[in-house]
Amino acid sequence: MERLPSWLRQHLAALRAVAVLTVLLGLAYPLVTTGVAQVLFNEHANGSIVQAGGKDVGSALIGQSFTDADGNPVRTYFQSRPSAAGDGYDPTSSGASNLGPEDVVDVLAAPGTEGKESLLTRVCARSKAIGELEGVSGARPYCTPDGVGAVLKVFPGRAVSVNQACPAVPFVAAYQGLPVECARPGEDYAAGRTVPVRGDVRAVPVPADAVTASGSGLDPHISVAYAELQAPRVARERGLPPDRVRELIGAHTTGRALGFIGEPAVNVLDLNLALDRP
Amino acid sequence: MSTTSAGMIFIVSLIAALVLVHRPLGDYMYRVYSTARHNAVERVVYRLLGVRTDAEQSWGVYARGVLAFSVISVLVVYGIQRLQDKLPLSVGMEPVTDHIAWNTAISFVTNTNWQAYSGESTMGHLTQMAALAVQNFVSAAVGMAVAVALVRGFARRRSGTVGNFWVDLVRGTVRILLPISFAGALVLVAGGLIQNFSGVHEITTLTGGGQAITGGPVASQEVIKELGTNGGGFYNANSAHPFENAATWTNWFEIFLILLIPFALPRTFGRMVGQLRQGYAILAVMGVIALTSVLLTNVFELSGGATVPQAAGAAMEGKEVRFGVSNSATFAAATTLTSTGAVNSFHDSYTPFGGMMTLVNMMLGEVAPGGVGSGLYGMLILAVITVFVAGLMVGRTPEYLGKRIGAREIKLASLYFLVTPVLVLAGTAFAMGSPERRASMLNGGPHGLSEILYAFTSASNNNGSAFAGLTVNTPWYDVALGLCMAFGRFLPIILVLALAGSLAAQSPVPEGAGTLPTHRPLFIGMVVGVTVILVALTFLPALALGPLAEGLS
Repeated sequence: MERLPSWLRQHLAALRAVAVLTVLLGLAYPLVTTGVAQVLFNEHANGSIVQAGGKDVGSALIGQSFTDADGNPVRTYFQSRPSAAGDGYDPTSSGASNLGPEDVVDVLAAPGTEGKESLLTRVCARSKAIGELEGVSGARPYCTPDGVGAVLKVFPGRAVSVNQACPAVPFVAAYQGLPVECARPGEDYAAGRTVPVRGDVRAVPVPADAVTASGSGLDPHISVAYAELQAPRVARERGLPPDRVRELIGAHTTGRALGFIGEPAVNVLDLNLALDRP
Repeated sequence: MSTTSAGMIFIVSLIAALVLVHRPLGDYMYRVYSTARHNAVERVVYRLLGVRTDAEQSWGVYARGVLAFSVISVLVVYGIQRLQDKLPLSVGMEPVTDHIAWNTAISFVTNTNWQAYSGESTMGHLTQMAALAVQNFVSAAVGMAVAVALVRGFARRRSGTVGNFWVDLVRGTVRILLPISFAGALVLVAGGLIQNFSGVHEITTLTGGGQAITGGPVASQEVIKELGTNGGGFYNANSAHPFENAATWTNWFEIFLILLIPFALPRTFGRMVGQLRQGYAILAVMGVIALTSVLLTNVFELSGGATVPQAAGAAMEGKEVRFGVSNSATFAAATTLTSTGAVNSFHDSYTPFGGMMTLVNMMLGEVAPGGVGSGLYGMLILAVITVFVAGLMVGRTPEYLGKRIGAREIKLASLYFLVTPVLVLAGTAFAMGSPERRASMLNGGPHGLSEILYAFTSASNNNGSAFAGLTVNTPWYDVALGLCMAFGRFLPIILVLALAGSLAAQSPVPEGAGTLPTHRPLFIGMVVGVTVILVALTFLPALALGPLAEGLS
C-alpha cells in the first residue's frame, strides 16, 4: 500500500470509503429504519391504506378522483381538486402543472395544430363547470361568461379577445374605443399587447383550491369552503339532511396543528367513505 | 386565526426552535471535529478504508481526497443506475438512460439533487437508497468537512495542515448526520410517511377507477434529504407528495431539518476560532438575510399579485391545501436560502415576485444560512471580501480573525465569488442562443427566460429546485447543467481549501488600533451590504428581463 503512488492510494481509499459507506448508509440504515418503523408505526409505514367492505380502496394520504368512466363527477360524492398528475391523481406520475402566473393566452386548436389551454382559461373553465354542478355562479375576475380567460391582444386600430374562438361573441364590444373581434384559430396574435380584463365580478362562490391544481397532483384535501359548497348537492343526491352532511364535514376536517401549523383541510376520501357507511 | 397571523407564528416557532437547538448542536459539532478520540464504529471504518487517522493533511492532499472521493462516487452512482434492472429491489425499473444517469450522478454527488427524471417512474428502491441516499449523507459530510478545514485555517497558526479529510468525512457522517437521520425518520413515519420495500399496490377506487399506490423506503431518504440540504425527492412531486410530507406538522419538521445544521455551524465556527462572538456575527448576517427573504416571499405570495392568482382568488396553483400559501412560501424560501432545493409547492407557478425571491436566494450564493457546510464557507468568503472592501475604504491592511487578507487570499476569495455568476450567465446565454433549446420552455414571454435562468442558477449554486416547466431531460441540458453542477461545486471547494492552507500557514497579527472589529453591528451590516450589492450588480439585468418584467407589466 505505502509503495503505491499517492494519487492511486487516494483513489483506492476513496473506493473503499464509498463501498463501506454504501453498506452502512445505503443498506444497514434503511433496513434498520424500515424494521423499526414497521414495528412501531405499521399502518403509516405501509401507506395508510383504507378499506371499504374488506377491500383496499385507497390511501388516506393520497387523493383520488370521484368521477365516472367518462370523467364526469359522480354527484353523490364530494369532488377532489383538479390534478396535474397523469390523467388525474395518478401516483406513478406525481407533479404540478408548472404553468406560470401570467400564462393567460391560449393556443386555439386549428386544423393541423393542437390547441393549448392557458392556466387562466383552465381556472375559468373549472370555475364555470363547478358553478353549474353546484348550482351557483361560476363567474370570476379575468374570466369570460363562456369560461375562458378574458384577455385582449391590442393592436393599433383593433383588439382581439384572444381566447374566444370565432364565432364566439367577445366578452366586451369595445376596448378604449377599439372594436373587439373574436379570435381566428391559427392566426398569430403574438405581436399584440396582452391585456387581461378584470371585469366587475364581486362575489366568487367557488373557492381557489377548487380551480387550481395542487403541487403533487395527489392532494387528499379540499378547503372547508369547497366542502361546504358541495354539501347541499351531496345531501340532495343522497337524500340526507344537509345538517348531517355538514356534521360529517366537521368530523373529517383537520384543523391547524397546535393552532397555527398549516391550514384547515377536509380529507375527501375519508369524508366520502363516511357517507357510504350506513 | 387568519392565514397571515398563523403563518407568522409558524415562522416565529421555527426561529424559537432553532435558537434552542443551535447551541447544543453547535457545541456538539465542535467536539466532533476537534476531539482526538475515535469511537468503535469509526475505528472499524478506518481499518476498512486503510487510511492513517493520525496523519494531518496539507490543503492540497485534503482537496485531492475530496476530489478522489467525489469521482469514485460519481462512477458508483452512475453504475448502479445503469445496472439497476440486474440488481435486487428494482421494482421493474429499466436501466436509466446514459445522459440522465450521468446528470443524476453529478447532481447527487455535488449536493445539488437536480432531478432530470421522475423518481417514481425511473428509480428502483435500491438505486434510491444505496446510490442516491448515500450521496445525500456523504455530499453533506463533504460540505461540512470543507467548511471545518477553512475554519481550521483561521484557527491554526504557522501550520502546514488543515485536518484529515477521511476523519472529517466519517465523523460528520457517523456522529452527526446518521443519528439525527435515524431519529428523524421515525418521527416522519409517525407523521404518516411510508417506509417499506413494496412495489406498486393496485387498488380500485370508490368510483371503480384504478390507482397504483407506490411503496418504498421514503422516510429514511426524506430525512437526510432535508437534513443534508440535498433536496432530491423520492417522488417527482418532492415534498409536496403526501408520502414525503404527510401532515401539516411534518412540513414544519422538514423546514426545521433544512435549517438545523446550517444555523448551528456558526457556533461551531465560533468555538473553533476561540471567539464565540465571531460566530454570532456570522449567524446575525445569515439571520438578517434569511428573515428578510422569508417575510418578503410570504408577502408576495399572500398578496397574490398576478393575473391567475387574482382570478383564482389565491396563489394556490402548485400548492397543497394542508400547507396553504404561507407555509408553502416559507418552505420555498428555506429551501433556496440553503442548497436544499426540495419543494413542497411548485415555484414555476408562484407569483412573479414570489418566484423571483427563490431565484434571488440562490443568487446570493446560498449563504444565509446556505447548504450544510457550504453555507458557512460561502459566508466566510463574503466576510473576507468585506474586510478587504472595508480595508480599502479606510486605507489599512485588511485582516480577519488575526489573519492578514493579502493579495493571495483576496484573489482566491474573488475567484470563488466569480465562479457561479460566470456559470449561470454563460449557461443561460448559451441556452437562449438556440431555438431548439428555447423550445424546452413550457411558458412563454419573460417567464420562459425565468425558467432557463432558474435552471442554471439552481445547478451552478448546487440547489436543485426548478421552475419545473422547463423540459430538461434532453442530452444538451443534462450535459450543460451537469457541468454547471460539477464546476459550481468543486471549483469553489478547491479555492476554499487553498485559502484554508494559506491562512493556516500565517502567524496571526496582533490586534491593533487599526483593526476593524468583526463582531460588531457595523461589520454585520457591511457583510449584508456586500452580499446584497454584489448579487444585485451581477444579476439585476437578468432579473429585469425575467421576473421583474413579468411582475411589472
